[in-house]
Amino acid sequence: MNKEQEELKAEVSGIQEDRVSWMEDLHLRFKKRAQRLTAAVGATQIAILVLFVALWEAAGRLRWIDPLLFSYPSKLFNQIWTTIADGSLWPHIGMTVSETAVGFALGTLLGTALAAALWWFPFLSRVFDPYLVVLNSLPKVALGPLFIVLLGPGFVSIVAVTLSVTVIITTINIYNQFREIEAGFIKVVRLFGASRAQLFRLVILPASFPVIISALKVNVGLAWVGVIVGEFLVAKLGLGYLIIYGFQVFNFTLVLSSLVVIAAVATVMYQLVAILERKLTNGWRER
Amino acid sequence: MADDHRMLELIGVSHVYVNDKGASLAVEQLDITVNRGEFVSLVGPSGCGKTTILSMLAGLISPTKGQVLLGGDAVSGPSTKVGYMLQQDFLFPWRTIRDNAAIGLEITGRKTAEALQRVDELLAELGLPGSGSRYPHELSGGMRQRVALARTLATEPDILLLDEPFSALDLHIKLQLEDLVQQTLRRLGKTAMLVTHDLAEAAAMSDRVIVLAANPGRIIAEHIMPDELRSASPMDARRLAGFQNVFDQLWAELEAAEGAEGGDTGE
Repeated sequence: MNKEQEELKAEVSGIQEDRVSWMEDLHLRFKKRAQRLTAAVGATQIAILVLFVALWEAAGRLRWIDPLLFSYPSKLFNQIWTTIADGSLWPHIGMTVSETAVGFALGTLLGTALAAALWWFPFLSRVFDPYLVVLNSLPKVALGPLFIVLLGPGFVSIVAVTLSVTVIITTINIYNQFREIEAGFIKVVRLFGASRAQLFRLVILPASFPVIISALKVNVGLAWVGVIVGEFLVAKLGLGYLIIYGFQVFNFTLVLSSLVVIAAVATVMYQLVAILERKLTNGWRER
Repeated sequence: MADDHRMLELIGVSHVYVNDKGASLAVEQLDITVNRGEFVSLVGPSGCGKTTILSMLAGLISPTKGQVLLGGDAVSGPSTKVGYMLQQDFLFPWRTIRDNAAIGLEITGRKTAEALQRVDELLAELGLPGSGSRYPHELSGGMRQRVALARTLATEPDILLLDEPFSALDLHIKLQLEDLVQQTLRRLGKTAMLVTHDLAEAAAMSDRVIVLAANPGRIIAEHIMPDELRSASPMDARRLAGFQNVFDQLWAELEAAEGAEGGDTGE
């Protein structure tokens, strides 16, 4: 009897082991498929880039396109490399990056603060609603020259141009989010007698974090537009200045290489914001 | 000193909602008294003002006419004397379970280390030991509603208002939670008012059931549950011989309530 039981046990455990290995096998195959897909996507992405660069290089060298206008990659990288090596590129990058960073951080903060004010005083929000809509549809970069006259040519007016691009849309987006917060969440804290300040701090603001972060992401892009336009108008330093200078002296290699640098720096900034996002919403991303 | 027993009173209460479309009468001339430790259910068709009544008791809205008293004092706003459990859990996804359960303590400025310790104990008593540092999305619907119960109990209210807290749950979890809630409230000696659509739930859990008619909300019947049902747990009460009888009675009352509404609109 004892023996029988043991045999039975062995059989059962044998079945279990079979099952475990079968399921592990399925999981392994699933993971492999997923990995293959990721690898294929990455390979295609790189292939597109390589193909584009190679085609451009060939077209430039073989005179399919006018190299004076369109330049070609090896010339661009040569340009970037020499200016990096002799150190003349860094001040431009530093200037533009600091303008952009200040612009998009300040734009997001200011937009959030304005949205909070509108939420706190519903009367204000009703009063300003039409103004916000009109301001939002206005091409605010057109105000650039005005900022330069008011604030003088330089860092401050370029940041002001950037803010003019970012603040209104940020305010509208975040305020709309504030208003759309689940009524049940608000009821929960109101039932405990929460003040308006507590309601804002405990519910409205944390519930809006994902939208604030996405505003931050959008503002990274918008801030670049503001900064480059601002630099077109006034600067003596910065990547926007390099572009406009390149146009003036008909050096399109300079123009295009500056664009490549902007693309690289913008990517880094975007990744930083993505890291910030993961930090802030750690743990509760799934709703 | 008979007033001592009266935990919760509505005296001649009417409430009118006003909006752009006009004014609508939600409840009219309500008189309800609930004694300390009693469990009372409100049942009725939709539009009978059940949630309005709970909102007035919770101090979220004040009655247009009449008086609402808690332990003899007029209600002037939300207070920690009252705990309110909503139909959905509405746990904040960005807070841990412990922080969710302690939000009432945080708002009322009582979030101390000892209070958090008590919250952990409360979570354990409600069948969620050691889950304080997890996040709501990791929990099932029934577990989340347990956390909501812990959140309501953490501020130690004398009165619990239950606004269909089991209606969004699967049947067997609903039955488990009914037992848990009734057991917990009895043990702590709390007074409770439950709003529900589910007549069986009302009959199984309550000491007394009040049947409301709609448009405007008003009381049309009141049933004191037989002792055998009251002393049994909600799960057991459903199996007792007397249960079906009570259920049928309530059913007939509710039918009559809906009939009364039809008569009203016919006028």
